[in-house]
Amino acid sequence: MMAANVNDAGRDGRAVQEYEEFVTVMLGDQMFGLPIDRVHDVFIASSLTTVPLAPREIMGLLNLRGRVVTAMCLRRRLGLPDRDEGAQDMAVGLERNGESYGLLVDSVGEVMKLSTETHEASPVHMDQAWVKLSRGVHRLDGRLLIILDVDAVLAFDAESRAA
Amino acid sequence: MDDLLREFLTETGEHLDTVDVELVRFEQDPNNETILRNIFRLVHTIKGTCGFLGLPRLEALAHAAETLMGKFRDGHPVTTDAVSLILQTLDRIKEIVAELERTAAEPEGEDQDLIGALDAMSNADPETLLASRSDGAQAPSRASVEAAPEMASEAAAAASSDAAAVAETDDAPAAGGFVFQQLERDLLPGEIPLDELERAFMEAPGPDDEEGVLEEIEAPVVMEGRVLGEPDEAPVAAEVAEAPAAAAAPVADDSPAESKPAPAAKKPEAKDNPGNAGAEQNVAKVQTIRVNVDTLEHLMTMVSELVLTRNQLLEIARREDDSGYKVPLQRLSHVTAELQEGVMKTRMQPIGTAWQKLPRVIRDLSSELGKKIELVMQGADTELDRQVLEVIKDPLTHMIRNSADHGIEDAEARRAAGKPERGTIRLNAYHEGGTITIEIADDGKGLNYDAISRKIVSQGLATEAEIERMSEAQMAKYIFHPGFSTANQVTAVSGRGVGMDVVKTNIELIGGTVEIRSEQGKGTVFTIKIPLTLAIVAALIVSAQDQRFAIPQVSVLELVRVKNGSDHQIERINGTPVLRLRDRLLPIVPIGKVLGLDGAEANPGDEGFVVVSQVGRQRFGILVDGVFHTEEIVVKPMATKLRHIPMFSGNTILGDGAVVLIIDPNGIAKMVGQGTGDNQFGVEAADEMEESNDNESTTLLVFRGGGETHKAVPLSLVTRLEEIDAAKIEWVGGRPLIQYRGKLMPLVPADPAIAIKSEGPQALVVFSDGERAMGLVVDEIVDIIDDVLDIELVADRPDLLGSAVLRGRATEIVNVVHYLPLAHEDWTSGAPVKNPKDARTVLLVDDSSFFREMLSPVLKAAGYRVITAAGTEQALAALNADRRVDAIVADVDMPGRDGFALIRAVRAQARLSRLPVIALSSAVTPEAIEEARKLDISEFIAKFDRSGLVAALAETEAQLGEAA
Repeated sequence: MMAANVNDAGRDGRAVQEYEEFVTVMLGDQMFGLPIDRVHDVFIASSLTTVPLAPREIMGLLNLRGRVVTAMCLRRRLGLPDRDEGAQDMAVGLERNGESYGLLVDSVGEVMKLSTETHEASPVHMDQAWVKLSRGVHRLDGRLLIILDVDAVLAFDAESRAA
Repeated sequence: MDDLLREFLTETGEHLDTVDVELVRFEQDPNNETILRNIFRLVHTIKGTCGFLGLPRLEALAHAAETLMGKFRDGHPVTTDAVSLILQTLDRIKEIVAELERTAAEPEGEDQDLIGALDAMSNADPETLLASRSDGAQAPSRASVEAAPEMASEAAAAASSDAAAVAETDDAPAAGGFVFQQLERDLLPGEIPLDELERAFMEAPGPDDEEGVLEEIEAPVVMEGRVLGEPDEAPVAAEVAEAPAAAAAPVADDSPAESKPAPAAKKPEAKDNPGNAGAEQNVAKVQTIRVNVDTLEHLMTMVSELVLTRNQLLEIARREDDSGYKVPLQRLSHVTAELQEGVMKTRMQPIGTAWQKLPRVIRDLSSELGKKIELVMQGADTELDRQVLEVIKDPLTHMIRNSADHGIEDAEARRAAGKPERGTIRLNAYHEGGTITIEIADDGKGLNYDAISRKIVSQGLATEAEIERMSEAQMAKYIFHPGFSTANQVTAVSGRGVGMDVVKTNIELIGGTVEIRSEQGKGTVFTIKIPLTLAIVAALIVSAQDQRFAIPQVSVLELVRVKNGSDHQIERINGTPVLRLRDRLLPIVPIGKVLGLDGAEANPGDEGFVVVSQVGRQRFGILVDGVFHTEEIVVKPMATKLRHIPMFSGNTILGDGAVVLIIDPNGIAKMVGQGTGDNQFGVEAADEMEESNDNESTTLLVFRGGGETHKAVPLSLVTRLEEIDAAKIEWVGGRPLIQYRGKLMPLVPADPAIAIKSEGPQALVVFSDGERAMGLVVDEIVDIIDDVLDIELVADRPDLLGSAVLRGRATEIVNVVHYLPLAHEDWTSGAPVKNPKDARTVLLVDDSSFFREMLSPVLKAAGYRVITAAGTEQALAALNADRRVDAIVADVDMPGRDGFALIRAVRAQARLSRLPVIALSSAVTPEAIEEARKLDISEFIAKFDRSGLVAALAETEAQLGEAA
């Protein structure tokens, strides 16, 4: 696991540049970033077992190399509409409090190493719900990369949401 | 957190637990030098490490406690107050340690309160302490002794009382600080005086004298299972074990002044801790090794994976018939099973570890409640799975507290009841088959059933009538209801009514059961049964709406195939599906519907398989679409976000890699009538009734009709109880009627003395039978009771069968048959109303539609199935079409081919030659009779003679019966 912050001291003694690395995922056109130290796996979500009476965000359970992983749909978690039927989801393996989760996304992009300088607070016009689940954004050419707060995303009061 | 701190936390945690237990023992046995030394040393260690690690708060507390204990060593009296104070200090230390664990830093705070008190006690004059000791507490003084042979030892008292049944005398300590000790009471017959015990003890050879072996000292008395504080790990245990091992004789190498530990008290400990031999002794140590719990968990997980992989291989081997794999696979299977068993064993711990804290709890409770309570623990070395142990720790504590608080009476009450002043709570654990049974028994005042029944009613959990039918055992179960507590005051200990239901839930969560037995005045016993292992179970794989689920095999009682039209068919009562299985009605839960699976609604499905299951005493059936096979599965707990779904108890990965949810029958049972709690009783009442039916008791409806005497009628005959507005009663032909459910129902008074009201409410008992109904007019409906119906006097009144004693009261048993014809004349006379299936079919032939219309209902009312034909042709066609005609009623006056011709044609057919034929004619002439005889016509009936027709038909039946 690489450290999230990599010190890149300049040779000529200029200010130390700090970087953060993210795994990028896509939901439609929107790009999100997950801190690389939290990401254990990236895999195709196949043969999902649905769990009846589960909260909406929990799509079901997956078998990842013998471990049962709770599949959570990022779209639903963020309040976005579902994708069309038939599209194959990708899953990002995360862990929280000793439990394994698979965050279902449309697709997984590349790993980006970004300078902390471009890390900003969430824009004021962003949906409040999203603000709570993110830790700011990165300005990239022409687009915003929303940095997700893994713990916040994976923590929701299951019981109060129960169907 | 760095390793050093982590290590400190683990060790200190253990030390603290040990000190806890040792202190309680010490309090009861204050002359025990060894216990004191141990405690002192442990506290000293804690203090030292705290100082080393820079934990000032802890260090200060430990130091103060150590100082006080030093005083004890010097001969300070060990008062209850002192011990309580030290225990309090320990608690505070534990709190700080817990915080330390959480935050890796000591919490802010002051402990001056405790430290001040500890110092005060340390500096106090021993005399004043003695004088001011708390009332009722034993305050044996520590004997700091010299190596004199005659030392007073504590009494190893008679079996029922504590070793601490001693008090010091007023004799001033001798120069050496000697204190003679005496029993506070007279010796019981058979007991041996202290001095003799002492001498016997001294003279017995000790382990020093003989190589290596721990002696079993022949003390005349035995102490029952004292607490085993020690965890299995040897290192700590070995140090503490100095104490038990040194039981035999003073270990001379230590300080010159050694007091004698209570002789017999050590015996069982020495016995029970074979591995805990003193370092000085040459006793073989049980090899133990300290292993990180995480490592064990990891091992367990790996073995589970291995089991799963083996299952996968088995699955493949099942499909392919390659014999090459079979043998090694079998071997693998065998090895895996053994490995599984072995690893499971590592998770086994003696239940004593869960009991560790209990003596302290009892001690605190005793003083808090002002009662004398003794805790006896048997079977502390019974082993069970670590996970299970965790779960039952709290419930056990709660139940003990409950027994102490509610069960054991205070000393006065006990004396008044003739019981020993000291109450006993007994814990007993043992293995039984695949389960472990834990009993918690007290000799207290037992359950107060009156209070319980009152509480049940006041909380609306059952009606008074239901309570009357309940047995004590059933009532006792109500204490597990949430919010149920018959305690008048809610004490800090218990009474808030939140405890017992949580206890039950927790125990049931791991597949266990709790039962209560109680006898008022004598005591109560709780019995907990838990399965030994949790992780790997056999499960039945089923499917619903193409999704697979697993049901634990232990909950599957039976599997029934249900199909419409077969013997086992799902019926509906008020829309609820039920299955009749061997005369019992099982509520059916369609799993697809309950889980809201796609497609379940559209396909209500009464076909498939019913998995019969039982939770507690609630039986029910789970309807599934398909059943596959049984498989051994590794139960994986549900994800935290899914744990709240009551239907599932976990999930697993099947042999083919699919993740499958494990259904929790408890959750399903809750769907069957608002919780197992309630329905339990419903079913149990039914069970009770079943039992009572074996004793031939009947359910009877009791009412008053005509005067004050009670009358009764079997409830099974009653259709309904009604109360009508008397103003609606209509009088037709001098008889009272009422319009009832779209029909006219005649009313009959239950007794000639009853006057049918003309206004106001009127109670009725409705009897109905197919189409006919009758309302029996009564004065008042009294009750519905269950009793053995033993009709004693047979009355010579036609309206009564006799009288019987019901619930202690003479009751007249009504002869319902008498009343029925009063309502409808033909109710019981004439042809009995038959089951439509058995009804005979009559072909009614008459050209006149009027007559057909008139006669059909008569025949139907008589219980026949009627086919009509307007003429001969139709009749013949009907006969040919429907082979079930049993008799023909024909009008022989018909024009055209008159009836005779029809009958001739009928008789011509071989199979119909014996068919009974009844001829109807408006005019009966001799020629007709002659013709009839020739044609073997059974009877000639006049067209308007309805009852004659019915009678004739009945006769033909009888005739056929005879002929057959």
